[in-house]
Amino acid sequence: MSELDLKSYRFRAEREDDWRALEGLLERIQNSGVNVLKPDELVALPQLYRTAVSSLSTARAVSLDRNLITYLETLCTRGYLFMYGPRVSFWERFSSFFRRDWPDAVRSMVGATILSAAIMFGFALIVMMLVLSDSEWFYPFAAFLDERTPEASQETLRATLYTEDEDIAGMLSVFASQLFTHNTMVALLCFALGFMVGIPTAILLAYNGCILGAYVGLYVSKGLGFEIIGWLMIHGVTELFAIILAAAAGFVIGKTLAFPGEKRRVDAMADAGKRAGNVGMGVVVMLFLAALLEGFGRQLINDDLTRYMVAGVSLLGWLSYFYLRPGAKR
Amino acid sequence: MATAKADKARPQGYQTNAHDARMWREVTTPEGAVIRLRLADAGERAGALFIDAGIMLVTLIVGGMIIAFGVPDGYFGDWSEVGQILFNLFFFILRAFYFTIFEMGRRAATPGKRIMKLRVVAREGRQLTANAIFARNVMRELEVFLPFTFLLTGMGGDTLNGMMTLLVLVWLGVFVFMPVFNRDKLRGGDLVAGTWVIRNPKPELAKDVTSTSANADDEAFVFTQEQLQTYGEHELQVLEDVLRSGTGEVKAAVASRIRARIGWEAAPLERDGPFLEAFYKQLRKTLETRMLFGNRKKDKYDTGESS
Repeated sequence: MSELDLKSYRFRAEREDDWRALEGLLERIQNSGVNVLKPDELVALPQLYRTAVSSLSTARAVSLDRNLITYLETLCTRGYLFMYGPRVSFWERFSSFFRRDWPDAVRSMVGATILSAAIMFGFALIVMMLVLSDSEWFYPFAAFLDERTPEASQETLRATLYTEDEDIAGMLSVFASQLFTHNTMVALLCFALGFMVGIPTAILLAYNGCILGAYVGLYVSKGLGFEIIGWLMIHGVTELFAIILAAAAGFVIGKTLAFPGEKRRVDAMADAGKRAGNVGMGVVVMLFLAALLEGFGRQLINDDLTRYMVAGVSLLGWLSYFYLRPGAKR
Repeated sequence: MATAKADKARPQGYQTNAHDARMWREVTTPEGAVIRLRLADAGERAGALFIDAGIMLVTLIVGGMIIAFGVPDGYFGDWSEVGQILFNLFFFILRAFYFTIFEMGRRAATPGKRIMKLRVVAREGRQLTANAIFARNVMRELEVFLPFTFLLTGMGGDTLNGMMTLLVLVWLGVFVFMPVFNRDKLRGGDLVAGTWVIRNPKPELAKDVTSTSANADDEAFVFTQEQLQTYGEHELQVLEDVLRSGTGEVKAAVASRIRARIGWEAAPLERDGPFLEAFYKQLRKTLETRMLFGNRKKDKYDTGESS
């Protein structure tokens, strides 16, 4: 009995070279990227892939060699993951994120954004009113243990709003501590806690609103309302907007988890997660800008009107970037 | 029959236990072929995470030392503060982007996953996007980093009391053990991002068992049709495994079982290896011929009556 007597063995012998060629190409792509392939190899790749896929279908019908079928399955899987994997280069991805994906994702969650903003500013307003009516209300929400208390004089408080001596280490320090401790944590938490049906996100937003309201109330009660808003909003427009967006993304995740709608829950979650992921990446960018503004802008710009201008321009900038995009519908 | 029923759920061509069978997911390619992805076990994923955590820790220590010795005194004024800032910056970048950057790469895997031979794919084999990678790794903050930070450094400046420690441990436990308790081994991040972690398919084509047999011996082994009808595809594949990787003892045991079952009179000095190879080859030929006529024999219990 000759060894070619088995049809499945002949089948394999006739096609093995093509499989090996595909395997080699995929191996090289994985090790050093698709750019190392020569033009004729690039042309050959999809053909070899289809050959392998059709071999797999045939092999399942004619061969009982398990090793062969397993091999073809893994080969086709690898080919499939490459052929239908991410197509775009990093830079294409990067530019499409800023041109389209991010604003689109933000626009898709207007309702959640309004809800987040309402929670945060609502609580800020309530606490501000409380502090204005009775300065004792400040203490439960005092987040920073420093000289900014109702006992401090107007001069002391005013001094905290402006910087006289600027040195680069100090600015860098503010930049870093703001970016890498408080803000990012709050934003990431707002996002991630959405997973628990959004309730912790709401609590966190409310809590931050309370702190905000307490300090604004304190300064307003000392007649420094105009100044504190300038001090706060030069970077706060960007920073608070970022936190609100992160929370909105969290709400979308939480809402989808609780009420997936007509899709299967895992599918609905995957869609919501991608939109939320886009917003989340954008939030990191915003927080970076906000920390720059806070670390450098606020220390260098000590004039109230200029601070208001920066705040106004950034607010207009963000709003038009996110929401005024005529003809951007896909 | 219980075994036959389990066989139906199991992909053809795999001799696996029940756990393994549950870990395979079928995806139909646009070409219409069904391919299978093997989800990673919880243990493999834990291993990958530990390796990644180790790499991050070592990088952090090395980076910290470079910063400590590399920033010259007085360069920025108070250098210890600058060093502290640089270190925080470095830690932040490592923590926030280590997983994301590696998983956005060609291999869709962090070094730890690469070592454990895993990769990330989008669920149902769809296209994996950068957003998905971002979302699944932001969740890591909530799942692991944050509760750990609370445990190590306390919350808001105070160390945790007993009750809070318990709560944080429960929090940690819910997320850490989540992959064990769902069918697709999803952790929180996978659920949000719509991703799977699978075993990276590594094709290995061994020689066809039939190509190695010494063909001169074939004349010595002529089996009757009846003898070749004894076994089915399942047994054929078990035999393939034995021939590929069985030891001499295993082969001897299998050979004597087969001889007994088919009533084969062993010739004097008959060796087990050639006997098994010849039997494998002829059994495969018989079964493959049946298969071409659409008449498959699943295993030795399959008499063709039930279907």
